[in-house]
Amino acid sequence: MADHPNTSLPEDRGYLSEHGFRSWALTMDHKRIGVMYIWTTLGFFVVAGILALLLRLKLLVPGPALFSDHTYNVLFTMHGAMMIFLFIIPAIPSALGNFFIPLLIGCRDVAFPRLNLFSYWIFVAGIAVTVGTLAAPMDTGWTFYTPYSAQTSAAVTALSFGLFLIGMSSILTGLNFIVTIHTMRAPGMGWYRMPLFIWAMYATSVIQVLSTPVIGITFLLLAAERVFGIGFFDPAKGGDPLLFQHFFWFYSHPVVYVMILPAMGIVSEVVPVFARKPIFGYKAIAYSALAIALIGFLVWGHHMFVSGMSTVAGVIFSFLTFFVAVPTGMKIFNWIATLYKGSITFESPMLYALSFIFLFIIGGLTGLFLGALATDVHVHDTYFLVAHFHYTMMGGTVMGLFAGLHYWFPKMTGRMFNETWAKSAWWLVVSGFNVTFFPMFILGMQGMPRRYAEYPAKYQALNVVATVGSWFLALGVIIMFANFIKSLRNGPLAPDNPWRGLTLEWQTTSPPPEENFHEIPTVTDWPYGYGSRNEAPRE
Amino acid sequence: MPYPTTLKASEVSLASHDVDAVFIFILAIAGFFFVLTQGLLIYFAIRYRKKKGVEEATPYITGNHALEVVWIVIPSLLLVAIFVYGLTVFIKMRTPLPNAAEIQVTASQFTWSFKYPDGRSVANELRLPLGQPVKLIMISRDVIHGFFIPAYRQKQDVLPGSYTYLWLLPKQAGTYDIYCSQYCGTGHSLMRATLIVMPQPQYQAWVAAELQKQQAGAQSPAERGKALFESAGGGGCHSIDGSPKVGPTLKGIFGSRVTLTTGQSVVADEEYLRESLEEPNEQVVQGFQPIMPSFRGSLKQDEIAALIAYMKTLK
Repeated sequence: MADHPNTSLPEDRGYLSEHGFRSWALTMDHKRIGVMYIWTTLGFFVVAGILALLLRLKLLVPGPALFSDHTYNVLFTMHGAMMIFLFIIPAIPSALGNFFIPLLIGCRDVAFPRLNLFSYWIFVAGIAVTVGTLAAPMDTGWTFYTPYSAQTSAAVTALSFGLFLIGMSSILTGLNFIVTIHTMRAPGMGWYRMPLFIWAMYATSVIQVLSTPVIGITFLLLAAERVFGIGFFDPAKGGDPLLFQHFFWFYSHPVVYVMILPAMGIVSEVVPVFARKPIFGYKAIAYSALAIALIGFLVWGHHMFVSGMSTVAGVIFSFLTFFVAVPTGMKIFNWIATLYKGSITFESPMLYALSFIFLFIIGGLTGLFLGALATDVHVHDTYFLVAHFHYTMMGGTVMGLFAGLHYWFPKMTGRMFNETWAKSAWWLVVSGFNVTFFPMFILGMQGMPRRYAEYPAKYQALNVVATVGSWFLALGVIIMFANFIKSLRNGPLAPDNPWRGLTLEWQTTSPPPEENFHEIPTVTDWPYGYGSRNEAPRE
Repeated sequence: MPYPTTLKASEVSLASHDVDAVFIFILAIAGFFFVLTQGLLIYFAIRYRKKKGVEEATPYITGNHALEVVWIVIPSLLLVAIFVYGLTVFIKMRTPLPNAAEIQVTASQFTWSFKYPDGRSVANELRLPLGQPVKLIMISRDVIHGFFIPAYRQKQDVLPGSYTYLWLLPKQAGTYDIYCSQYCGTGHSLMRATLIVMPQPQYQAWVAAELQKQQAGAQSPAERGKALFESAGGGGCHSIDGSPKVGPTLKGIFGSRVTLTTGQSVVADEEYLRESLEEPNEQVVQGFQPIMPSFRGSLKQDEIAALIAYMKTLK
């Protein structure tokens, strides 16, 4: 397939026609900004992934090995902080969201294109400051708990500033999306004709705008404590270390829905297309995104059941936590019901979407053990928790992202990728993922604490299994990216609508022209009208 | 947690039994939904896969209110059941046990120190008599730590500046791990201690022997140094058997030549060891982090001398 005759056609490169640094760096085209976000975030996914491989490699043996315990602590801090702040929070919203919100609602750009470019560049500035702190690497964990983070000699102050900038970018992007979705939908696209990805992005943006300022303020307080010695969190100065945890989780819990909701949006797009069936329970899925966003603000305390927070507070937070499970479970039932009586094909986007459902069910059900007070006391801060959040974040969000990347690759690049390679990569990613992370549930049940550079020898066997799994996972990701990169140049030209989707982005060319649509489409129906309507059964 | 192979609640302590019972309860519900959802997912995926070359018309099903109500209401009820059961046991775990013996737990980077009612203080080893309820009164000297006994399913963060509590009721004799579960710095993963549960008569005998040792009084400087080393938790960071921990080993330290982070090499004589206790981060041995706390003021000069005498014996 290397010598595909793509030279015979005069290729229309659409929005990709212009070349050169300035055409990217100063662009106000949401698609180009989206592409820059994709490269940036995936770059950090690779870096943080390599760090994870190093961590796993050290954990092959229980005692000292490879590098010092301090280095291990630095590496897990960087792995967590990069994965969270530089990859998983911006990966779907800022990257795919930027590219596809205007295309899915049928408009020419986001509401504030200049602000959008500004958001990208302060994101980059934030990254620069963050990466600059590597001069004095941090070892606090991505959670920065005080008073350790207020005392350690590492560059917490500089890092806070970097994350402050990244948070600002997040707020501005969210604001931009909210206004875009409210005001710029194509003629005829009422709220209930919006694709579910848009509903998910709307809920996500609301969380970003409302919760990110809190973490910004928290980082400022932390910096003030370190620089001016004002005692907000340090008990030696009259502060309260639990206050920091409350502030931190008041942001960091809602933000897990910033990570997961967009991935759920992608799954809601992909499943109907490949099942050739209307999405089951459209309104329920749409409203459940908003419900998750709302309840998500009220459950931060479930990270603190054993922190020294009062028993009564623990009880209330546990109760509210179980209510997040209801809309989440409902989404899962609705996706599965969408498959019923479909005509399902298993191209790579669908494989990743189904993997999302499969893995997220495990992530969700294991969350019950963490949400229930008595069992959380035992599994909190153990590998059970590590396994749980990797099942939701990697098994969930990252699988959703991979589904989206495969689904929209033809639209974004104008090329098709090699499906055989994509399927091989999928096998490795999904099986490697399970071999890596499933043993961690058992390790956690047996009491192995997280963030342990060295561990008692009795936990070694399962750690070896996990480490070996991580190599298969890594190989799968390498093959997936190699396939993408090779296809960028050599892939066959993509048709406008390779998956026969009904959402608006498939009505324009691949890749889309700079103005997205030669003529703005008029919407007359919802985007999930698959199947034959005269066969509609009464059940 | 019950080991996955034997779904039976552990009986080693009061809490372990109750927590495991909740765990098994949730596992049953989660297992049911796991089989249901994954079963349907896989069954539908196989049953309704597209047949080769045939474009089949699919029915236009957009939802079903009755079904959706069912899968909102039934899971909600089960979730409430899980919540209530988890809550009941949690409250029980946090209810003070009557006639509990009080033990003070002090956490510091990277040592656990246990102080018994009779005033004795022991580092990294907690001995409890079987069947005797115990209240741990815990505080940290520096950052947040987490006191975690996996076998007991009990965990509680230990804070600087305020007390937190844990109630234990050992029900089986044996030796159990204690871990620090809240990340606290370089030596976090080595901040481990041992819980030894002994039958009452053996426990009483142990207490009597310890007290006798204490009253024997006249200790040699090296013996006094050994006691100080243990009670101050020196073993958390420094081994005495030659293996490196967070800090260099003390085996054979006296009189040896050590290379510093500056590249200089010095002989570890009395003066070097005294300085290392009072200004520990001035001359750090290569390969280690400058993280040792200063003991200036907290150790008297004769105590420092006793510690050095003890280090001389570690050949």
